[in-house]
Amino acid sequence: MMWQRTPTQLCLECSVDLELSADQVSMCDGIRALLQGRFNPERVREGFNQSVYQELNDAGVFSLIADGFCWADAAIVFEQLGTFCVPGPLVACALSGELASHVEAHNPTVVEHLGHVDSVLCIGADVRRARADSLTGVLSDWPLDPLTPVTRVSAPAFTAIVGDAAAAIEWRQRGAVLTAAYQLGIASHLADMSAEYAKSRIQFDRPIGSFQAVKHLLADMVVRVEIARASVYAAAAHLDEPTDSGLARTIAVAKTLAGEAAIANGKAATQVHGGMGYTWEVDVHLYMKRAWLLETHFGNSDSHCDAIAASL
Amino acid sequence: MELRYTEAEEVFRAALREWLNSELPGMAPQPHREDWVARRKWDTDWQRRLFDGGYAGLNWPKEFGGQGATPTEQLIFFEETTKAQAPYVGVNFVGTLHAGPTLIEEGTDAQKAAHLSKILRGDEVWCQGFSEPGAGSDLASLRTRADRDGDDYVLNGQKIWCSFAHIADVGEFLVRTDPDAPKHRGISWLVLPMDLAGIEIRPIKTVLGSSEFCEVFLTDVRVPVSQRVGAENDGWRVTNVTLKYERGTAFVSELIDSLRLCADVAAIASDAAHLRELGRCYADFAGLWSLTKRNVSQTSRGTPGAGGMVIKLAYSEARQRFGELCLRILDREGLYLDGNELVEERLRTMSLTIAAGASQIQRNIISERVLGLPREPR
Repeated sequence: MMWQRTPTQLCLECSVDLELSADQVSMCDGIRALLQGRFNPERVREGFNQSVYQELNDAGVFSLIADGFCWADAAIVFEQLGTFCVPGPLVACALSGELASHVEAHNPTVVEHLGHVDSVLCIGADVRRARADSLTGVLSDWPLDPLTPVTRVSAPAFTAIVGDAAAAIEWRQRGAVLTAAYQLGIASHLADMSAEYAKSRIQFDRPIGSFQAVKHLLADMVVRVEIARASVYAAAAHLDEPTDSGLARTIAVAKTLAGEAAIANGKAATQVHGGMGYTWEVDVHLYMKRAWLLETHFGNSDSHCDAIAASL
Repeated sequence: MELRYTEAEEVFRAALREWLNSELPGMAPQPHREDWVARRKWDTDWQRRLFDGGYAGLNWPKEFGGQGATPTEQLIFFEETTKAQAPYVGVNFVGTLHAGPTLIEEGTDAQKAAHLSKILRGDEVWCQGFSEPGAGSDLASLRTRADRDGDDYVLNGQKIWCSFAHIADVGEFLVRTDPDAPKHRGISWLVLPMDLAGIEIRPIKTVLGSSEFCEVFLTDVRVPVSQRVGAENDGWRVTNVTLKYERGTAFVSELIDSLRLCADVAAIASDAAHLRELGRCYADFAGLWSLTKRNVSQTSRGTPGAGGMVIKLAYSEARQRFGELCLRILDREGLYLDGNELVEERLRTMSLTIAAGASQIQRNIISERVLGLPREPR
């Protein structure tokens, strides 16, 4: 375990607090340092494989809750994973405790990372599992996200029931929170890298970041990040509460806003980077494509907004 | 991270709820929106009740008659009073939230004694004379002159967007005391009794057909130099000291109200596309409510984040998107204002992206202060 922390106690003396505690700040610094050391952009571009899984597993990324950390802690870790665009079925690994990816029952035929996982979980009315080697299909040679291989599986059979209806709901809620945290990390990193670019790129004899037309794009990126971060932290902290009153809606809000922040910041980052933002060489497209991929995980913003409206 | 309030905060909330329950039924019905004399009486009556109940000057220090409440207690206060549909701060806005805190920080003992207690009791209504026809976003370019003549200043100029000037007792006015100094360094902050000779007040009819705002014309108005707060030509700094009283709670009432309106609108919407968009609007407001709490957490630790700047910009735009949706849902039932809160709100909220810093100025500020981007050459 990389970080030492006493398991969360329910604290009646704490006031409402959506900022990181001192422990969480050190944990955040710890995971940042780890990712900085091991996941430079070249390594990220190699994609997900057994050694990525092993290193993150050894660091405790996939066993946070079992190790006594809370969901708010887990959200902080997944935000950092998003910041570095670390590839892999990270949420599925964290939720299942195994080397797995997941699909959703309403569309189970497009499977991510099939060649690198032991099993695939299917979330529907319940939770089912299929061994990865039991699923066959066509591996796309041109996936949307170059770091997320997808296989179009014919007639996937998920026969082993590994969780009941309640487990399926838990999967969706926890999966939505961790995915939203990762999306937040994407949005946040895109804002930072775009601001840096706007300070250094010179046109008309001055940094393009001094022009209001560019500044306003960047200010809107900050706005989306700040709101998404508060929403994701609120949802994660809500998962740690014993009561689930209002939980589903809080999570739907977080997933909607974080997903939109990641995608909208992807577009804005491309625009700020100009022609370079359209190249394979600059990382913007990797973040943008991951944002589009994750929008399909655990409910897209349309389905979450429908659910919010139905709850009013 | 923690989602719970402390026991002490829950006690504060329970006592406040009980007080609201006992106080609100005794309130007279809300007066007609254009009956400004009655509105002043209604708003100041509420301020007096807050004072008697021990809730006036929540964010003021105790030594000046305030409550010295924590930021979280302020959050709870705005949340509970809005949910109970208690009166908004109304005509007491400038006195309790801006002029009072300014006097606490910068006023002389005599100035504090003359005004603070009256503000808290609802006995004195303030207005603000900052903006001018030629000084909006660029406030520091203001040109209203204050020429020294013995122990008086003689004021000449024109102010605009002075809320409640037509029913105010005094105003906080920014005037130019040194026309030759750089624009931020020649400004002074004055307490201006609104009944002085030479002050003419004309209400401005807004898009609501209503007149909360006024123009104020100053012609040879003589005001004693002793009415100046802070040093001569130091008014720009004096204006900014109240920022430390801003705890990121300025939009709590609006946000709570917006969440309530979303639920109201859900009851009348039936089109699936409208409902989806309504869910999206609710997400905006809920996200901003979380950001408000996070901002209060950060402020309580003495490390304010970007929240305050973000909330103003994002809320005003989200509220306008919501207003557009409401009009589409209402369709032809949105063609009249009487008894139609949603339509009135659509008009009222048109000002949100302009007042107290236009959205374009807010974006400049965020990009410069949060991201450290260079200023545009000017």
